[in-house]
Amino acid sequence: MSDSSRTIELEVLRYRPEQEDAPVWQRYTVPYTDDMSVLQALQYIKDELDGTLSFRWSCRMAICGSCGMMVDGKPHLSCQTFLRDLLPGPVRVEALAHFPIERDLVVSVDGFVKKLESIKPYLIPKEPRTLAQGEYRQTPEQLAQIEQFSSCINCMLCYSACPQFGLNPDFTGPGVIALLHRYNADSRDGGRAQRMEVLNAEEGVWSCTAVGYCSEVCPKHVDPANAVNQNKVNSAKDYFLRFLSPKGAT
Amino acid sequence: MTRKPYVRPMQGWWRRDPFFVRYMVREVTALGVLAYAIVLAVGLVRLAQGEAAWNGWLQTLRSPASLVLHAVLLVSMFVHAKSWFEIMPKTMPMILPSGQHIAPATITRSGWAATVAASIVLFALAWWWRR
Repeated sequence: MSDSSRTIELEVLRYRPEQEDAPVWQRYTVPYTDDMSVLQALQYIKDELDGTLSFRWSCRMAICGSCGMMVDGKPHLSCQTFLRDLLPGPVRVEALAHFPIERDLVVSVDGFVKKLESIKPYLIPKEPRTLAQGEYRQTPEQLAQIEQFSSCINCMLCYSACPQFGLNPDFTGPGVIALLHRYNADSRDGGRAQRMEVLNAEEGVWSCTAVGYCSEVCPKHVDPANAVNQNKVNSAKDYFLRFLSPKGAT
Repeated sequence: MTRKPYVRPMQGWWRRDPFFVRYMVREVTALGVLAYAIVLAVGLVRLAQGEAAWNGWLQTLRSPASLVLHAVLLVSMFVHAKSWFEIMPKTMPMILPSGQHIAPATITRSGWAATVAASIVLFALAWWWRR
């Protein structure tokens, strides 16, 4: 059982742009309990020790995707990462790798959001239906094709696991391509031709070298590496089939 | 207030995580596969150049340096195959049109099965030829 006098050390990478040119590590000692998450430790720091520490969080239950950060060098949602699994410490907490640090544990998401918009992440119906005609229906088998890829919570852990994104921030990246696949593989969708442009670009699927770590770190088991790599086949087909079908393959 | 985002350097990124090290091993052993392809291609060129050239190539293959090289290439070929069969499930649709999911291990095992089958065929052919 937990002993109320037990403590654990946290080392947090701080970056206060008005104060320092490069990030610095800062050490905090927080009370430890067996059921405490890394996020709770950070909240303790902010509430009790140092109100200047900045980090994002919202739901505390691995749904919102806000609290992604590097914990002991690996991308994790801090709300579902428990201190008891990181004993004896110190636990090193850093902003998500490969993203520019805005402040402390907060990263810039501008690029990610732009990419997200670029893939038209919504159903573009094959045959638009009026309200009177009812909803767009799908069989359980058709749903199974996309269900896994629709579980993405945009936490960006996969981007922190992707060295190709770190080396080239223009790479569309695992999460966004997985979401693109979720719509392209949807039986009700007719927007494939519009999205292929993103896939076929050098910054699309072809920037991926199948490292595969993105799928390992995904907290929702989306398997973005699978979405990206099976779309290399789709992109190649899209390229070669136009020679057979001059009007453009779909 | 103006923004001043800090971009962390990527130097030495592949040493940051054991997963990245394994990835780099997969990439490096591809050079072993390339090296062996070159050895075989040279053999083909020597064969086209006549009997003396061909025998010279066979002689070179029997040298201790060549045997060491072949042992290294065999190991790198094995490591490369293993790492590729591990990533293979990521490269294909894992959901059948029926909606059924295929286990990644099934794909990896089928890669090994194909390797074993191809090797048996190759050894059988070589044995039959030398008989």
